[in-house]
Amino acid sequence: MSETFSGKVWVLGDDIDTDIIIPTEYLALKSVEDMKPYAFSPLRPDLAGQMNPGDIIVAGKNFGCGSSREQAPEVIKALGIRCVVARSFARIFFRNAINNGLLLIENADLHDAVTEGDTVQVEVNRQITHNGKSYPIASLPANLVEILEAGGLVKAMRKRNGLD
Amino acid sequence: MGHTIIEKIIGRNTGKDVKPGDIVTVNVDRVMIHDIFIPFVADKFEEMGFTELWDPDKVVLIYDHLVPASQVDDTRHFRTGNAFVKKYGLKNIHRSDGICHQLMTEAGYVKPGHIAFGTDSHTTTYGCVGAFSSGIGYTEMASVLGTGQMWIKVPETIKITVNGKLPEHVTSKDVILRLIGDLGADGATYQALEFTGTAIEAMSVASRMTIANMAIEAGAKCAVFTPDEKTADYCGITLTDAERSLKGDPDAGYVREICYEASDLVPVMACPSQVDNIRPVRELVGVSIDQVFIGSCTNGRLEDLQCAAAILKGKKVAPFVKLIVTPASRKIYREAMADGTLAALSEAGAIITHPGCGLCCGRAGGILTDGERVVATNNRNFLGRMGTSKVEIYLASPATAAACAAAGKIVEP
Repeated sequence: MSETFSGKVWVLGDDIDTDIIIPTEYLALKSVEDMKPYAFSPLRPDLAGQMNPGDIIVAGKNFGCGSSREQAPEVIKALGIRCVVARSFARIFFRNAINNGLLLIENADLHDAVTEGDTVQVEVNRQITHNGKSYPIASLPANLVEILEAGGLVKAMRKRNGLD
Repeated sequence: MGHTIIEKIIGRNTGKDVKPGDIVTVNVDRVMIHDIFIPFVADKFEEMGFTELWDPDKVVLIYDHLVPASQVDDTRHFRTGNAFVKKYGLKNIHRSDGICHQLMTEAGYVKPGHIAFGTDSHTTTYGCVGAFSSGIGYTEMASVLGTGQMWIKVPETIKITVNGKLPEHVTSKDVILRLIGDLGADGATYQALEFTGTAIEAMSVASRMTIANMAIEAGAKCAVFTPDEKTADYCGITLTDAERSLKGDPDAGYVREICYEASDLVPVMACPSQVDNIRPVRELVGVSIDQVFIGSCTNGRLEDLQCAAAILKGKKVAPFVKLIVTPASRKIYREAMADGTLAALSEAGAIITHPGCGLCCGRAGGILTDGERVVATNNRNFLGRMGTSKVEIYLASPATAAACAAAGKIVEP
């Protein structure tokens, strides 16, 4: 994977849980599109309406902790967020995001350096650049890159089943 | 080099000598899907191009989060689930028997040594019988339904030893809350928790379930206990040598070891709005409350209800407090009815609801509003979890919760 993009940053704190990303009361809505306005609502009710396609979330540790709800990465993707950079990710959220083709980047230092509204540049699997400083990105295990490159687990399985 | 319990389970499943960090493909013994996610699993399964389940016997579908329906649209989940059952020949379906994590071991689906996955983060619960179980999303579940396999990274193991005798009114809930407070909400991310020690051996399987259930609140992939005679009784089996040997080897490699002396432990609470925000109950005495909830897959078992009933005996729930009691399954409900526990709770002024997830996940049966405070025995106190984001949730044991209900404020049990 080699790709470069820039985006405006939204800064969130530590332990952003899946009940914050999309509260349980909206999980029975028919589609992820319907859930979009409620993303992050317990913490910042106006945030979802302010986010634009191509934006980037930069968060603290343990992003996505809590429930297994896959609507969490899906709703972030539906809002057009290009990638989430966090100090660390919770396990189930990490798998769900990869399976949905949402790019996640672990970085320990960027969170302290950015201010909301800044722009950062991401070179996938290489580095993030902000204010002239670069932050290295660790590369993902091969089996995860395979799923991301297929465009998510559904597409990878369709390929396996001879459909695409 | 020896192995931890999880390394043994994964090693036997794959036929390999595994070590932490290895990425392996396992053959799955059981999967659980609940009502919230069945429509999404069904869609993804067909979108992936599968036409049959890898093994219908190994798939369990449980309606619990939305039972009975509280919003008209919820019924769509039952319709989609029922259609999936018919089309693909599912045999194991529970439509109103209780909470998924209670039923998976109670109804005998998960046994020692099994590898199980479910579409819910509290799937870690089945480690109580010596299984490796963890939560996954619905896309991943759809691929397991088609292939019977899943890739996993073999986790590192943290060994937690609790020796000695727990003081009166200190329960397994206080043990796991204290541990989460010490580890932090991400302190065990991607790792396995292995529990041992004389206080753990003395616990019932029900008490171990409470601990395994909350492992995810420290970020853990799973939690596991060595199967013993109590496990065998609970599962209705005779343990094989292979099952008995599911214990950590003396020379196993642990990433971290934590020891507690049971007599040092005290009743604690997870304060708003982080599960790792742990304080002794004695530091919170006097805080006023509006509601108490005793139930959930964490603490809705018979021993939990009996403990609450004993504490409330001869007392009444404070007049301005609502006490909501939710048994974790129909079996528990019936047992608690038969032995007088429900009558005693009702006599004390409790509202007793049907088994299910309702209030714990903020869907039904006692939702709270801005400025209200609840003492609850479930597993999460996240913002907005049981109502609006301005509800304060204090997580506690059934003993503490019952004492608070009678006092109308936070008190020690």
